[in-house]
Amino acid sequence: MSKKIELMVGFFLLAGIAAILMLGLKVANSQLGGNTDTYQLIAKFSNIGGLKVRSSVKVGGVVVGRVVSISLDDDFSPKVVMNINSDFNKFPDSSSVAILTSGLLGEQFIGLTPGFVDEETEILANGDLLEDTRSAMVLEDLIGQFLYGNSED
Amino acid sequence: MSVSDNIIEISAMNFSREDRIIYNDINLNVPRGKVTAIMGPSGIGKTTLLRLIGGQITPSSGSIKFNDQELVNIDRKSLFKARRKMGMLFQSGAMFTELSVFDNVAFPIREHTKLPESIIRKIVLMKLEAVGLRGAADLFPSELSGGMARRAALARAIALDPDLIMYDEPFTGQDPISMGVIVRLIRELNDALGVTSIVVSHDVDEVLSIADYVYIVANKTVIASGTPEELRQETAPQIVQFMQGRPDGPVPFHFPSDDYKKELFNHGN
Amino acid sequence: MAISSIQQMGRNSLSVIAGLGRAAFMLVGALKPSGRGVKLLPLLIKQLYVVGVQSLIIIVVSGLFIGMVLSLQGYTILVGYGAEQSLGQMVSLSLLRELGPVVSALLFAGRAGSALTAEIGLMKATEQLSSLEMMAIDPLHQIVAPRFWAGVISLPLLAAIFSAVGIIGGHLVGVDWLGVDSGAFWSVMQSSVEWQEDIVNGAIKSIIFAIVVTWIALHKGYDAVPTSEGISKATTSTVVQSSLAILGLDFVLTVVMFGS
Repeated sequence: MSKKIELMVGFFLLAGIAAILMLGLKVANSQLGGNTDTYQLIAKFSNIGGLKVRSSVKVGGVVVGRVVSISLDDDFSPKVVMNINSDFNKFPDSSSVAILTSGLLGEQFIGLTPGFVDEETEILANGDLLEDTRSAMVLEDLIGQFLYGNSED
Repeated sequence: MSVSDNIIEISAMNFSREDRIIYNDINLNVPRGKVTAIMGPSGIGKTTLLRLIGGQITPSSGSIKFNDQELVNIDRKSLFKARRKMGMLFQSGAMFTELSVFDNVAFPIREHTKLPESIIRKIVLMKLEAVGLRGAADLFPSELSGGMARRAALARAIALDPDLIMYDEPFTGQDPISMGVIVRLIRELNDALGVTSIVVSHDVDEVLSIADYVYIVANKTVIASGTPEELRQETAPQIVQFMQGRPDGPVPFHFPSDDYKKELFNHGN
Repeated sequence: MAISSIQQMGRNSLSVIAGLGRAAFMLVGALKPSGRGVKLLPLLIKQLYVVGVQSLIIIVVSGLFIGMVLSLQGYTILVGYGAEQSLGQMVSLSLLRELGPVVSALLFAGRAGSALTAEIGLMKATEQLSSLEMMAIDPLHQIVAPRFWAGVISLPLLAAIFSAVGIIGGHLVGVDWLGVDSGAFWSVMQSSVEWQEDIVNGAIKSIIFAIVVTWIALHKGYDAVPTSEGISKATTSTVVQSSLAILGLDFVLTVVMFGS
């Protein structure tokens, strides 16, 4: 009687912990090791479109970090601060970032393209500014360009 | 410190509940080692008196002493310590429904002592034997009749060998046989264990047959006290009415009301 | 007339405040260390069984069905935008942020809360609580405390199980029946669900609901008028007040957690 109860309670607690683990690992895909180390990179865009805080930063589709803050700089250009996982700490300063969209209606994210490496390039470190940026595509601008044919870039 | 002859001393106690006065300046002593009965009509707060003695409720003023220790406004720890010396048999028995009879009786021992299980078993079986229920040790309270449940509860109340056992209406709702059993048990336990018993009841005959001393409580205070013999000689009309169970007398049959005819015929005004 | 209704209002609010005060005293009394820690463990296990294990079936079944319905409804809406790939995200976020904590708390209030109230009310009516008092055992420690902790431990676990089973139910309908790509289902979910933002916040909600529901249930039982009518009233008011408290608190917590 009492043994059965203890067994059932143990089973219940295990089931609860298993559910939490499943939510943590399978659903949220979080590394349960806690906060892994990150370093910050900064990029300025002329237009960030629908980018939000917590949007992901991807290299070739692999998530390497997240946007932590979006603000307006002194020259009225949007400034985006990204936290990059320190496992990925070998990006040269010739790398470029672009604001991309996953699918037609999907979320916007930052695509980071690692640049070339030669003697003059340095490795990006905490707080560095990415120079080469491409802003978000704004659908209205694209349509305007298409209709009036004033594409001069 | 000399131990006084009275295990309970209540003096000048007042108690009221929501503006209604239950006890007004009541004085009552319970002599050690005796069976003391507290009688009175229903609804005058006899059970309340037991709860006051047990410290479950606090009087508005006055003093209640148990073994010469003041119980009014005592801190919780000392109160709990005092309660270990009291046993109380509730009207319904108050058995823990999810425990067997054996575990019910063992419960206070397990809670308050660190005795090994083998000794607890012996104590429990002795207590159950005393109330004649050793054979029912493995039953659950729901499988017991009312009288048996009350006896089992009695075994639990005496589990820790208290100095004082309080019985709350022990005879109510019992058939004549189990009533006789409980009457005998109260007397026997009192004499065999050397405890003091307080019996609260309104069953005049049963109480008078076992009590050494009787208090009759009515009108918020003690209206008479004495040995059963003395009370039978009493001539005060209120006591005679209660002792003989007459429907009308100083305690009126009718609840206080307006004039009967007036209320019947003035209807509609 | 006006005066008497104002008086009535005053009396009602006074009795509400007095009730809150008694509830607070009860909880403080129950949670005060009693110095009998080891003896309480078996009681806690017993109550985990009554409160947790016995609520498991209703939680699993409801979670499964709610997950399946969410998935079906979500699919029919999302497919109109060609966004059925986001089904996993929709199902998991709805469950983790709202439905898991809220529905499991509502079910818990109906299943375990009402039972706790009735049990304690009945113990009061049959003088078991008084009898404990007279045995020099504090019923707050013996009866109330283990039930409180059992409730506070059980409900968050039940909510996690509810969400997990719900997501499996959503996968069952979305992927196995309606044909959404399994990889997309999980990956979109994984990229949108955040441990801190969604799972931890959902867990915080559910812990708060657990405290409130168990507290209400225990207080209603402990404070019940010890008659059969009083107990049935107390049981009803446990379910009503817990449900209202859950829904009201959920709004406040959602505003605080996800509002900005």
